[in-house]
Amino acid sequence: MKKDLFIMGIETSCDETAVAIIKNGTEIVANVVASQIESHKRFGGVVPEIASRHHVEQVTIVFEEAMQQANLTFNQLDAIAVTEGPGLVGALLIGVNAAKAIAFAHNIPLVAVHHIAGHIYANRLVEEMKFPLLSLVVSGGHTELVFMKEHGHFQVIGETRDDAAGEAYDKVARTLNLPYPGGPHIDRLAQEGEPTIDLPRAWLEEDSYDFSFSGLKSAVINTVHNFTQRGETIAPENLAASFQQSVIDVLVTKTMRATKEYKVNQVLLAGGVAANKGLRAALNEAFTQLKDVELVIPPLSLCTDNAAMIAAAGTIMFEKGQRADLALNANPGLDLEIHN
Amino acid sequence: MSILAIDTSNYTLGVALLEEDKVTGEYITNVKVNHSVRAMPAIQTLMKDCGVEPNQLTKIVVAKGPGSYTGVRIGVTIAKTLAWSLNIPIVGVSSLEVLAAHTGRYFKGLVAPLFDARRGQIYTGLYQYQNGMLETVIEDQNLLTVDWVEKLKSLNQPVLFVGNDLPIHREVIVSELKEQAFFADITEHNPRPAELGLLGRDRQGEDIHSFVPNYIRLVEAEVKWMEANSINETK
Ligand SMILES: [Zn+2]
Repeated sequence: MKKDLFIMGIETSCDETAVAIIKNGTEIVANVVASQIESHKRFGGVVPEIASRHHVEQVTIVFEEAMQQANLTFNQLDAIAVTEGPGLVGALLIGVNAAKAIAFAHNIPLVAVHHIAGHIYANRLVEEMKFPLLSLVVSGGHTELVFMKEHGHFQVIGETRDDAAGEAYDKVARTLNLPYPGGPHIDRLAQEGEPTIDLPRAWLEEDSYDFSFSGLKSAVINTVHNFTQRGETIAPENLAASFQQSVIDVLVTKTMRATKEYKVNQVLLAGGVAANKGLRAALNEAFTQLKDVELVIPPLSLCTDNAAMIAAAGTIMFEKGQRADLALNANPGLDLEIHN
Repeated sequence: MSILAIDTSNYTLGVALLEEDKVTGEYITNVKVNHSVRAMPAIQTLMKDCGVEPNQLTKIVVAKGPGSYTGVRIGVTIAKTLAWSLNIPIVGVSSLEVLAAHTGRYFKGLVAPLFDARRGQIYTGLYQYQNGMLETVIEDQNLLTVDWVEKLKSLNQPVLFVGNDLPIHREVIVSELKEQAFFADITEHNPRPAELGLLGRDRQGEDIHSFVPNYIRLVEAEVKWMEANSINETK
């Protein structure tokens, strides 16, 4: 009988301190996330130095809770997987150095994981991957379409040329005076409104899978400005609905086109914006037409940053023989394609 | 007894291993290379050379600042995680105290270790050996060098300055303190990790989970926020 494989994941790339333990790449045995969102709220965004300070405060607490949940000892862990990048460098450094300290103290192999690979692999905790597959990654820092022909192999076929979708959400939310983080507020407002305002959709070149959201963001700001100048008030729920419709139209259309062109068996939604109800509903509806393609949308708790996803991706890297040494550094600009 | 001492609070990277009455090994470099890349390999190399296994460690002593925010955090994160996962005590020592402890031992007077804090400011404190024990005369703080030397002048005692950033502030110090000021030589400016280990050797372990660096300063965004919301910073 094959021995069970236990991988610990560590994630500190932004404002969540997270540690998880995964069994055989698919089963969560511990998943702890300490969120700092309340500390950053009053600043209207994540303050890197505050994030780093919180990670130091939380790190061993989160470790301890994860080890207790899993009811394992260090010598039962097969590897420690940690987010190497991308992300905030000061924040990443806490996870990377904590991971190295544990790996050294207990002589456990160390594996470095790309944060986006983690988001994609969150899906494997829900449904086994069926290659070739496509993943739509949408978060505060990323908007990309990633093609995978096999485990651990990532090909970015499209990415944003300016703002990430999540960034556009946050900026539009600020324009509408919604509290930080704005994404969920726009999503909620959009459910109450109608897309009555005509906003642009950036399709870019005909064959491109790239995205652009800065034009849309500016259009929203201009629309609000024009209304104010005319002394009219804009219905925020209609503006939210119109904005959301524009973002979703582009995301869904490009995903559908790539699904057909790359003849994939599965489409995985990944990243924090995957929590968006409007996007989930639109993808579900669009994919009812494609009977042979399976659409996987992870539960909300696995869409936002967590360490279970890092352990899930780390399991594959570990099985492929990737090892990091004690000189591992944080890499805020880490590339997904070369990282495997 | 096997104590591991770690100091990454400024450019100097220091790691030491101590037994009860012996310094087994010490590793010091003073180069501008990321501590994240070099701290753990330095610990690994030193322990291997000294034949000490991680599970033989009995205590971790770490320089807890002030210093570079990122630098201090790397050392503190490694120290906390090692102490927690090996289930041994952690002790934090002022990064300034480490400098003072070494240089001031045979100096009859006050010792002022300092680190540059940009824009004419320093992190500093005042220390003195009394009956063989290092005592804190003035707590670690962050202030303008001109204000610090004025304060020291009024004490009317010889002061020994030490630290790699001395050249930046030497002129201001000399102009105010004249013959009252003494300066350590370059061999004294790197904090000695063995000294750090010795300072922490007999101190009681602290709570690992709540252990944090002593940054001295608030985050700039917090200061601005408090100003904007007119909340007075209470010390
Ligand atoms: Zn993320």
